[in-house]
This record gives sequence, C-alpha cells and structure tokens, in this order.
Amino acid sequence: MSPSLQRRLPLLATAAMLVALYVVAGLRYDNFFSARVAADFFTDNAALGIAATGMTLVIFSGGIDLSVGAVVGFTSIFVATLVEKQHVPPLLAATAALAIGTALGAGMGALIHFFRQPAFLITLAGMFLMRGGAFWISTDSNGLAHPLLQRLSLWELPLTDRSSLKISALVLLALLALGGLLAHWTRFGRNLLALGGNESSARLMGLPIATTRVGVYAFNGFCAALAGLALLFNSGSGNPRDGLGLELDAIAVVVIGGTQLAGGRGHMLGTLLGLLLFAVIQSGIRFDGSFDPAWTRIIIGALLLGFILLQRMLLRRLES
Amino acid sequence: MSKTHRQRLLHSPLVWPLAGLALLLLVNLIHSPAFLRVGMLDGHLDGQPIYIFNHGARTLVLALGMTLVIATGGVDLSVGSVMAVSGATAGACLTSDHAQLHALPLVLAAALGAGALAGLLNGVLVAYVGIQPIVATLILMVSGRGIAQLITHGEVLLMPHPGFGFIGKGFWLGLPFAAVLAIGLYAAAQVALRRTAAGLFIEAVGDNPVASRFAGLATARVKCLAYLVCGLCAAIAGVMDAANIGAADPYRSGENMELDAIFAVVVGGTALTGGRFTLLGSFVGVLLLQTLTPTLVFLGVDPPVAPVPKALLIVIVCVLQSELTRRWLKSLRPGKAAT
Repeated sequence: MSPSLQRRLPLLATAAMLVALYVVAGLRYDNFFSARVAADFFTDNAALGIAATGMTLVIFSGGIDLSVGAVVGFTSIFVATLVEKQHVPPLLAATAALAIGTALGAGMGALIHFFRQPAFLITLAGMFLMRGGAFWISTDSNGLAHPLLQRLSLWELPLTDRSSLKISALVLLALLALGGLLAHWTRFGRNLLALGGNESSARLMGLPIATTRVGVYAFNGFCAALAGLALLFNSGSGNPRDGLGLELDAIAVVVIGGTQLAGGRGHMLGTLLGLLLFAVIQSGIRFDGSFDPAWTRIIIGALLLGFILLQRMLLRRLES
Repeated sequence: MSKTHRQRLLHSPLVWPLAGLALLLLVNLIHSPAFLRVGMLDGHLDGQPIYIFNHGARTLVLALGMTLVIATGGVDLSVGSVMAVSGATAGACLTSDHAQLHALPLVLAAALGAGALAGLLNGVLVAYVGIQPIVATLILMVSGRGIAQLITHGEVLLMPHPGFGFIGKGFWLGLPFAAVLAIGLYAAAQVALRRTAAGLFIEAVGDNPVASRFAGLATARVKCLAYLVCGLCAAIAGVMDAANIGAADPYRSGENMELDAIFAVVVGGTALTGGRFTLLGSFVGVLLLQTLTPTLVFLGVDPPVAPVPKALLIVIVCVLQSELTRRWLKSLRPGKAAT
C-alpha cells in the first residue's frame, strides 16, 4: 500500500462503512432512503455537528476541549432566560452568548498555553464553571416563544416537495464549509496542523504558537455557543441540562472521521462523514425500534475503539 | 525547630491542602460553632464531620485508584461510568429471578469483577497498545453508561437488601462503615506501596518510562496494574453508591465523579505529569473538596451551582503550581533566587 493511501485509510474506512450502513438500513426499513430522513440527519444533529467542527480544529492542534457540552447548556438557558424573563432582544442575547463562549475559549486557551496546563484539566474546569453557571441562571427549563424565533423556524430551504433544510441545518453546513476552509486553505490551518504534529518544530519554524492555540480554543468556544443556539432553536426551550455528554459525541465523531486524536493529521471532510455515520446509526436504531437506545452509545464507543486501534496500527507502520 | 526541618515541612506537598482544609473549617466554625461537634444518634456517631466522611467515602476510594494512575503519568476518565456499571451489575444480580444470585459474596464478586475487567481494558489499551490515557479511557467513559443502561434495561433498579445496604449506609462500632472501609483501603494501600518496592516502581514509570524500562522494570505491567486497581476502586465506589441510595442508577451514579477524583488528587499535591505521588495528600484533597460543598451551602450557594467555585479553585491551584507563576514568584524575591 502506498503511504498516501495508508494515510487516507481511516477516511476511506469511514466512507465505506457509512455507505454500507446506509444501504443496509435503507433496505431494511421503509422510507429510510427518503430525502426527508436525509435532511433530518442534518437538522437533528445540528448542535453535534457544529460542536464537532470546532472540536476538529482543536484536535488538529493536539488539544481537546471537554467544556463544549456545558457551554451548550449554558447558552441555551442563558439566551432563553434573557429573552423571556428580561425581554432582551433575541439577537442581542445570542450575540452575548457567542461572545461569552468565545471569551471562555480564549481564556482556557491562554491558561493551557501560558501556564502549560493539560488541556483536559483546564477544560474540565471550564465544564464545571459553565454547567454550574447554567444552573445558577435557572434549575428548570425555560420555554422560548419569541415571535422572531417562530418566524425563523417557519423559514426553510425546500429540497424536494416533502423535505427541506431548517436554518439550524444550514448553519451547520455553512460552518462545516467555513471550518474546512479555515483548516485546509488558510495559514491558520497550516499552523494548527504543524502545532499538533510537533510543537517544538513549530516553535523552531517561528510559527505563532500562542495566537494559534488561543485562537483555536476561542473559535471552538464560539462553535460551542453556536451549537447551544442551534439546540435552543430546534427544541424551542432552554434547559441547563442541555448538551450533557455532547463533548464526548463530538470527539467520537471527529475521531471516527479519521482525524488523529494526537493531533497534526486529519480532514474536515472526515468530520462530515463521521457525523453522517453517527446520524445513520442513531436513525437506524430509532427506525428499528427493537434495540435499546443505549446501544447508540455502545456502538459509538466500539467504533471509537476500532478507529483508534486502526490509527495506531497505521502510525506504527508509517513510523517503521 | 531547626531550619532544615521547617523548610522540609514547608516544602511538603501536604502543606497547601492542609492549609486549605484548615481555612474551610475555620470559615465553617465562625459561621456555625457547632460545625465540628460530633454526638451520638441512634447508637452511632452523628454530626457534620461524620457526614462528610460518610458522603466522601466514594470519592476517597476513587481518588485512591486515580492517584496510582496519575502517578504512572496517566489519567482515568472512565471511573464515573465504571461506577455505574458495577452498581448496575450488583443491581442486576440482586433483582434477578434466580435466588442463587442473591448471595452477597456473589453479588460483590460480580460487581468488583466488572470493574476489574473495565480497568484491565483501559490498562491494556494504555500500556500494551500504546494509546494516550485520555483517549483510551474516553472509550469506556462514552460506552460505559450505555452498558450500564443495558444491564438494568434502562431502569433504575431498586434493591432493598439490608446486607448490601450496610456497605453504603451502615454503621460499624458506631462509625460509618463506608468511611471505615475507605480509610482501611488507604492504610492497606499505603503499607502495600511504601513497605514494598511497588510504590517506587509506579513513581519510576511515571517519572521516566524509558529509563525504567532500561533499568529492567516491566513498565507495561506496572501501568496496566495501576489501571486495573483504579477500575477495582471505581467498582467499590459504585457498590457504595448503589448501597447508599438502595438503587442502581445507570444514569446518575458516578456522574461527574471522575472530575472530583482528579481534582482531589491534583489539589492533594500529586502532579498530573506523573512521578511522585502522595496517598495522604489525595486523602486530604478529598476531605477538602467534600468540606467545600457543605461550606458553600452554608454560605448560601445552591448545590447545583457548587461546581463554579470548585472550578475556580482548581484553576487557582493549577496556576499556582505552574512553572510560570513559580518563576515569577522567585523573581519577586531576588535574595532567594538561588534556592
């Protein structure tokens, strides 16, 4: 096998598995092949996909962010409470939430970079902070019925006569495109991969490590807050418990998409494939109805294990 | 006290967590002088300290295993999920239709076996396959709760079994049994690790795995065993949790407990980079975290908001321990820059 093919093997494996599972599920369950189900893949998993986009970039840099789910919960209850209880204009509340997410990310990135702390520990602290903050705002869920939201949720991009993409799905697709552009067509993306590949070499090459690292955590914080907005938009109510465990699903999606968890190697396209694979498994289990929903997590865990082992094997072979 | 003695005392990793604990106790005593009072109630000891010990027993046991894993330079994120799995296993045995499965030794063996198996999986992935610890243990963190839900069929299993319940909420000679068990485990671990070379092996592996291997240490086996013990500790904590509430809850059992355990170990003075560890430090670290929650409640903070100050505390501890701060502090005292 040629090295370039070997490097793309995880991505190809994901693509093959996605096609196979989609075909099997489509043959087994009625209506699975419909455009409506396919559109729902994106709408239902908008928050996960948005979070996974930011997570992909963080993992490119060799880092990890475990605070994502908590930021989603915080954003959801923060915006819902501001709009419903304080009568703040929704756009202002959403902007404030995005600013908080970005600031938190930048702060965590600074702690990780300048104080040389392990990313998982600092972002775990960020998770505590935001989840606690969410419960501080409100311990109960809070309905959101602003006219602007209702008008926006009516607006859809029609695909066929019976299927359409909601705004949350469009935001997801736009962000994925932006993330891909950022990762593979800009200097920032190159710096990220260089940083994740080998920090000392990146430093010796004179790359701006500090801005790159703080920047990627800030971008991820922005994505997490955006994911919170998408979830709030889809569900129509803010809940401080929103996004519990979302960071794990996001990491799983990124890794299943062939991005190396140690950093330095991967592709945004893989994250899209990973997200679709996740969506197909989830919808398949729902369509079937005879499986326990608990299987989703177990299958995702098993896939994670399989892909990590595959990466490990390939890495060893590339090194030797 | 001689100067070297005082210096050694000041540089002991136990100083800061003990000082923090003393500060918390002081705040509580000022707020309510009865805080440290221990009385008798229904033939057993009762009072806030007893409550802290009894409630903290699970975190104590978790932190014991976590200390060993962190000392080898790793971390185990799956302990919360493993707690849920072991609790669910115990629940499934106790509520099964086969009466033979209700025997307490069998139930405990099954629950602890599940934890050991989980620990072994983590250990093999980290030590023999060579996956980074965060990633390897993430797998069980994700799927563990799913497995626990499968075991209990997605329900919260109620198990009114007096013998089993004793482990979590019983009193032995007037003392809470769970706390006695946790303290006993710490004593046993301290003896087993410090009276033999085992503790030294763990520190060597954490400090420099390559050098330890060249020195003839079975590096992989030491690492793997640390994760195995950590899984076992998580299982014990899971049994305590299920016994305490009298139910196996696959959703909530052990939720966020991995964070408490890691925080306690870090606050206790064991560095996340591996190497030197202190079981006593972790013990004090858990007590500190466990005292923090009732203190915050006293001060009028809602329990769900309690994670906020915890997060701030951990960030402060990390920043204080960091290289940058140390260098900065040293530059403030030019006379002592040489030391």
